[in-house]
Amino acid sequence: MAEVKIFERPKSMTDVSTHYCPGCTHGIVHRLVAEVIDELGIQEKTVGVAPVGCAVLLYNYINTDMYEAAHGRAPAVATGCKRVRPDLTVFTYQGDGDLASIGAAEIVHAANRGENITVIFINNAIYGMTGGQMAPTTLLKQRTTTCPFGRDPKANGYPIRVAEMLATLEAPGYIARVTVARPKYVIKTKEAIKKAFQTQIDGKGFSLVEVLSTCPTNWGMRPTEALKWLEENMIPYYPLGEFKLPN
Amino acid sequence: MSNRVLMKGNEAFAEAAVQAGCKYFFGYPITPQNEIPEYMSKRLPEVGGVYLQAESEVAGINMIFGAAGTGFRTLISSSSPGISLMSEGISYIAAAELPCVIINVMRGGPGLGGILPAQSDYFQATKGGGHGDYRLLTLAPGTLQEATEFIMMAFDLAEYYRNPVMILADGFMGQMMEAIEFKKVKLNYDIPDPKEWAIGYMAERGKRALIKSLSLDPEMLEKHNQKLQEKYRRMEEKEVRYESVGVEDADVVIAAYGTTARIAKSSIKKLRDQGMKVGLIRPQSLYPFPYKPFNDLPDGVKHVLVVEMSCGQMIEDVKLGVQGKVPVSFYGRCGGMAPSVEEIEEAAKKLLG
Amino acid sequence: MPKGRVEVLEEKCKSCGLCVEACPNKVLKISDRINSKGYRPAEQFKEGCVACKMCAMMCPDVAIEVYRVES
Repeated sequence: MAEVKIFERPKSMTDVSTHYCPGCTHGIVHRLVAEVIDELGIQEKTVGVAPVGCAVLLYNYINTDMYEAAHGRAPAVATGCKRVRPDLTVFTYQGDGDLASIGAAEIVHAANRGENITVIFINNAIYGMTGGQMAPTTLLKQRTTTCPFGRDPKANGYPIRVAEMLATLEAPGYIARVTVARPKYVIKTKEAIKKAFQTQIDGKGFSLVEVLSTCPTNWGMRPTEALKWLEENMIPYYPLGEFKLPN
Repeated sequence: MSNRVLMKGNEAFAEAAVQAGCKYFFGYPITPQNEIPEYMSKRLPEVGGVYLQAESEVAGINMIFGAAGTGFRTLISSSSPGISLMSEGISYIAAAELPCVIINVMRGGPGLGGILPAQSDYFQATKGGGHGDYRLLTLAPGTLQEATEFIMMAFDLAEYYRNPVMILADGFMGQMMEAIEFKKVKLNYDIPDPKEWAIGYMAERGKRALIKSLSLDPEMLEKHNQKLQEKYRRMEEKEVRYESVGVEDADVVIAAYGTTARIAKSSIKKLRDQGMKVGLIRPQSLYPFPYKPFNDLPDGVKHVLVVEMSCGQMIEDVKLGVQGKVPVSFYGRCGGMAPSVEEIEEAAKKLLG
Repeated sequence: MPKGRVEVLEEKCKSCGLCVEACPNKVLKISDRINSKGYRPAEQFKEGCVACKMCAMMCPDVAIEVYRVES
């Protein structure tokens, strides 16, 4: 009887253990991005832009050329790089505070210019690194350290549906929302990430994949409970699907 | 035949950058520097470059972070409030040791201030602006001719030191027209090949590029700071530039830079015509500041008069240079007002007694 | 039915349990051992792995390798 290895660490991932909390889904998405880079054979021609937030150390885990940007500015950094080197594949990896709050202007205008970059947007409805504060994507009634009585729309407005908002723009090539709550969704997420990178390689403009994710530590849940909470609470408000497809 | 052309300052700044090989410009409109982006939007496509209007100064400077990371020559320009918005990004660029050139066509502040010329961003340019222990190489041209030469030189300096370089001009320089000859200025420095460090050469180098400013390990961060400081000391050794006129026999030395120095030169000529011995030290590099000529003033100098289009900023560095050997006085106008030839003449005469 | 085997890279495992939850045949559990980070790594404790890779797909730490046994 012979054994064949059918699942192993992608080549574009470093061998470093992540600093993420147990059960944090960042690691799943990192792996999917690295697998897509490997499958497209573009490791040496790919540039990542890390955000500020938990994924600030992305460059320790994905082994491509990499920038570490200021908070929210990853799409601008990616724009500058891609405009000078259109031959490179440039992606940003941003959380909800980074992308939808402080970096709202940068993401909207990068999308609106049809900037030929790929954005991986991690929406876990909370600020992770700073300790669980309210994000623009925090659900109504969800408790965080800065909305301890639950998010109240009168004070804080409503959670932003980034994928739908950006899909109203003419220029973007591909926009999808996926999740990593279950294996079947993980497969879909990888397909979406691959489509997004392919959209860029084909020169069809801005692509964004919003990934509904968890933050077990700041949600105050076990990792498995967090995935259930995501399915039960986030998916109904943030429907999964493709909102924009390349022509 | 002369190669001189009559050009508006802002356009000349832009053309100088293009002739220095800069093909990438990211900017945002703000008066009084709008002719720079306007000129670039038309000129850069001719040389196969990219002009991009950013959604804000904040985005613009971060586009520069991304573009400069590729090792190609990049330029951004703005005016005072816009530079404030860029200050975070400039700190990141300095920390990540990326080369780029930033032109600040200064206007009156603080706040939204006004749109007329000023020199009130001296502190911002030379003492920080953004957070952390970083320095901008800061050049202060006195004429449009000198500005074009400094801009060309700035790209070499930026690449040699892998540091942002600021051209500190004022609204007068941006808006005036003057005859200019575009000379090829090239420093004879051994500039490292960007392929050694820049984004996009992973296959050639066999190693990825990592452009960042984060350092969570305090020992590493201290070491990085020390490395930057060592670089700044090298700049202080090598990049001090100033012009000295009639200081040898002077009773009073005027210290002024940029447009103010130009006005002061006319005042000095009038004073000399009346038999009064007044000289000028005109810093051309504001960081590193020329402390030495102020420290080495001839014994005959009885007084230093600092003239600025601000409420008194460079005077602090002049005092550091003079070290209390002679009194240092100030005359300034601000908010878009400029000192006249006569006002400076009067201020000097008061000191001459 | 294909036959498989799961190997947990114990030093990389953070004991989150997502693999245990994901396994359709429930052949994984959290072990009693403690790794150098202080986590109890997951392990395959019984036969029945069908090499479906669902555990590895859900592992945030890429701490799982999956083998298919070929007869």
